[in-house]
Amino acid sequence: MANGIKDKVAILGMGCAKFGERYNSDAEDLMVEAFEECIKDANIDVSEIQAAWGSTTFDEMGVGKSAIPYSQALRLPNIPVTRVENYCASGSEAFRGAAYAVASGACDIALAIGVEKLKDTGFGGLPNMNPGPLNSQWWANITAPGGFAQLASAYRAKFGIGKDDFKKAIAHVSVKSHANGALNDKAHLRRPITEDDALNAPIIAEPLGLYDCCGVSDGAACAILTTPEIAKSLGKNPLITIKALQIAASNGTEASYNQWDGSHFLTTRVASQRAYDEAGVKNPREDLSLIEVHDCFSVTELVTMEDLHISSEGNAPNDIRDGFYDSDGSIPCQIDGGLKCFGHPIGASGIRMIYEMYLQLLGKAAERQRDKVDLCLTHNLGGFPHENVAAVCIVGRYD
Amino acid sequence: MLGITGFGAYIPQLRLPRSAIVNANVWANPSIAHLSTGERSMANWDEDSITMAVEAARNCLHNIDRDHVKKVSFASTTFPFVDRLNSGVVSSALNLPNDSHSADLTGSLKAGTSSLISALESTMKDSKDLHLCIAAEKRLARAGSLQELSFGDGAAALTLGNSSNNVILAELIGHHSITDDFVDHYRAQGNKFSYYWEERWIKEEGYLKLIPESINRLLENCSVKANQIDHLIVPLSSRGVPQRIASATDISPEIISDNLWNDCGDTGTAHPLIMLASELEKAKPEKKILVCGFGQGADTILLQTTKAISDFQSRQSLSDSLTNRREENNYLKFLTFNGLLEVERGMRAEQDKQTALSALYRNKDMLLGFIGGHCQKCGTSQIPKTRICVNPNCGAHNSQTDERFSDKKANVMSWTADQLAYSIDPPAHYGMVEFEGGGRLMVDFTDVNTDEMETNMPVRMVFRIKDIDEQRGFVRYFWKASPYK
Repeated sequence: MANGIKDKVAILGMGCAKFGERYNSDAEDLMVEAFEECIKDANIDVSEIQAAWGSTTFDEMGVGKSAIPYSQALRLPNIPVTRVENYCASGSEAFRGAAYAVASGACDIALAIGVEKLKDTGFGGLPNMNPGPLNSQWWANITAPGGFAQLASAYRAKFGIGKDDFKKAIAHVSVKSHANGALNDKAHLRRPITEDDALNAPIIAEPLGLYDCCGVSDGAACAILTTPEIAKSLGKNPLITIKALQIAASNGTEASYNQWDGSHFLTTRVASQRAYDEAGVKNPREDLSLIEVHDCFSVTELVTMEDLHISSEGNAPNDIRDGFYDSDGSIPCQIDGGLKCFGHPIGASGIRMIYEMYLQLLGKAAERQRDKVDLCLTHNLGGFPHENVAAVCIVGRYD
Repeated sequence: MLGITGFGAYIPQLRLPRSAIVNANVWANPSIAHLSTGERSMANWDEDSITMAVEAARNCLHNIDRDHVKKVSFASTTFPFVDRLNSGVVSSALNLPNDSHSADLTGSLKAGTSSLISALESTMKDSKDLHLCIAAEKRLARAGSLQELSFGDGAAALTLGNSSNNVILAELIGHHSITDDFVDHYRAQGNKFSYYWEERWIKEEGYLKLIPESINRLLENCSVKANQIDHLIVPLSSRGVPQRIASATDISPEIISDNLWNDCGDTGTAHPLIMLASELEKAKPEKKILVCGFGQGADTILLQTTKAISDFQSRQSLSDSLTNRREENNYLKFLTFNGLLEVERGMRAEQDKQTALSALYRNKDMLLGFIGGHCQKCGTSQIPKTRICVNPNCGAHNSQTDERFSDKKANVMSWTADQLAYSIDPPAHYGMVEFEGGGRLMVDFTDVNTDEMETNMPVRMVFRIKDIDEQRGFVRYFWKASPYK
C-alpha cells in the first residue's frame, strides 16, 4: 500500500484573480493576474518553474485547446505543460498534476493554473455542452441545475422530508454563503441575502431557485508547489503542506446499476475516506477547522456534508439550520463565499478553494480570518450526481 | 381466410378544444363561429407521424409475436422524411425482424385504406407471416382555417394474416377501388399547407358520387345486400355527408359509425383505420363492417368479424386513448408546437443539433429500438448495453445479450423540472428512472405536468422526437418516460 503524499509537497505561493463578469478581460488577463500574485508570493523567478499543469473545462470559450494558452500567457520557459480537463473538478486535477510531479521527485518546482472565461456566451448560466456524437443522441436534456436538483427529490424521498423544510435548509446554505461572500473583495457576488430572498426566488430547476445556484464567473487561480525542504530553504515560514489529495471517478454504477439511491455522491464518500486515511484524520467532525466544498448548488453542499462524513446520514439539514457550518459555527463552510458567491470559473475553482484555505492557514484572510485554523479540506466536484469526478484535498501546517 | 389478426390505435394525449381556435380567430373569420364544438387531438411538440405510428403499432402488437411481422406498410401524407424510409424507422423502433419488407405509402388521404387493401392482397396463404399496416397523420393548417378546426392527429395499426396459422378477428369479404383525379385539395412538394376547392363542390361531385359508386359495386361484387351491413365507416367530417352516402346506397343511417369529431377530429389517412379500430373494439362476432376511404377516388373494404373478436385486447384501446386526455387551452402553444409562430426561444436554442449518422447507425438498436443488455453471467439487466457488465460484483466482459427495454415498466427515482434547458415546451422534465427487473437511465419525460411529478411515480417508455436539427432538416428520435396510468 502506497503511503500517499502527506507532507511531501508544500505550497510555495498562491494567487487568485478577482472572479466575476470580467467583460474587459481575456483569459490571458485572468491568468496573468493570478500568476503575478502567485509568483510574488512564492518569491521565485519564472525560470525556476520546471513543469506546469493548466486546467480549463470549456476550451471553446476563449482559452483554447492544449497547454499552449497557459505557456504563452505566462511565458513559461519551454517546460512541459499539460492541459487537464475533468469537468468542474479540473482545477483539482491541475493541482494534483503539479503536486505529484513534486512528490515523485520529477521536478523541484511545479505550477498549477486554472482558468475559465465564461462570460462570452451572450447568455446566463453555463455554456451548452456537446456531449459527443453518440451521447448527444440519447442523453436527457440535462443542465447542471437540473442534474443537481434531482438530489433534492431523492434525498427528500429517502428521509421523508417535506418540501418546505428542505427548501429552508438549502436556503440557509445560500444565506450563509452570501454573508461570507460579502466580506470577500475578490468574490463575484457580494450582496447579502435573506432567507425570504432565497425562498421566493424564481425557480431555475425544481426545487432550486436562483439563489440556490452558484455564480457563473470568469476567473483564474494559481499555485506554485515544491518540496518542504526547498520551501524552507527559500525562507518560507510557516509551511503549508498537502496532507491528502484524492480523486474518485464514477464508473457507471450510479448511472446504470440499481443500487445508488440518487440522494448523495458515491464518489465523494470514497474520495473523502481515502483522503482521511492519507492524512491520518480519524474524526473529521472534530479534526477539521474549515472546509470549502463544491457548492455549485445549495443542495450539493447539503448532501456533501454527509458525504464528507461530517454530518451523519439524514442529519445535514439539521446541522445546517443549527449553524454548524456558519462562519461562527464549528466547521465554517465556504468562508470565502464558495462557488455560490466567490464564483465558479470552472477550471479555476478547485485551486481557488485551496487558495482560501492557504490564506486562512497563514492568517492572511483579512475580515474573513477564523481563529485556530489547523486542518482544512477542499472538495471539488465535476459532472452530475449520477456520473462525476470528486476531488478532496486536505492542507495544513507542516510541523 | 384472410383478415385482421390485431389492431391498435393511438391518439395523442393533448386535446385542443375547438373553442380555443374559434375564440382566437373568429374576429377574422366569423364563419367558423358555429364550429366551437368538441375538441381536436393535438400532437405534443415531440410527436409526429412516425412516433404516433410506433405507438399505434405497439398497441396493436401487444401479445403478437413480432418475429412473424415480415411486412410493414406505413401510410401518411405527412411523413417526416421524403427521402428516408419512414416505415424503416418505425420497424427499428418496434424491433421487428430485419428480414422484412417495409414500404411507405403516400400521395392521397386514402393511402390508409389502399395500404390495407394491398396488405390483404399480398398476404400469403399457408404462411405465418403477418403484415403490419399502419397509418398516421399530423397535418398542418393555416390559423383559423376550417382545416385547423377539423383536423386531428393520430394513428392506427392493423396486423393482417391468414387463418391457417393465425386467429382472424375480422375476415376480408371484399374490396373495391376507384381511381379518379378528383382534386378536392392538393399539397405540392415543399408546401406546408394544402389548397382546397369549394366545399360544396367537393361534397356534391366528390364524396357523394365516388363513394356511393364504390360501395354499390363492392356490395354487388360480394353479393351482399345493403341491409346486411352492420357498421358503415365514412371518415369524413363534412356534416350530413355520411347520412347522404348511406341513403344513396340503401344502407341504414342508424349504423353510421361515429366519426370522432367530438373526440379527436379528422386524422387524414389514419382516420378510416382509427374508426375501424373503434368499431372492432366494440364489435360483436359476425358483424359486417364497411370501411370507406376517399382521395382521388375511393376505396371500400368489407370485413366481417369472427368469434375471436370478443377475446382480443390491445395494449391500450382507442377508448382508453380517448379517455387519457390532457386539455390544452392555450392556442398559441398549439401554433408554437406546429412551428406556425415565430417565438423567442433564447440563445440556448441555437445549439447545433447535427446527428452523426454513422453513430446513429452503429447504435440504432439502442437509439431506435431501446435495446439494452442482459449479463449472462450475473443476470444484471442494463441500458445502455456495454462491453463490461456494470454490476460491481460481476464485471464480466462481452457477456450481455440483447434485451428490449421499451415495454418495461419503470419508476421515477429522481426528477426535476428545468427552466434553464431549452425546450419547446418548458420546463424540461427529466430524471432517473428504474426499470422493473433491473436497469436504470437518466431520461427525458414527456406528457407530464410538474405538479404530477413525484418520486416512485410509475412510468412507461414512449418513442418520441429527441431533437430537431432545423439547419439540416433532420429529426432525431429517442425514448422518453411518460406517466403510466
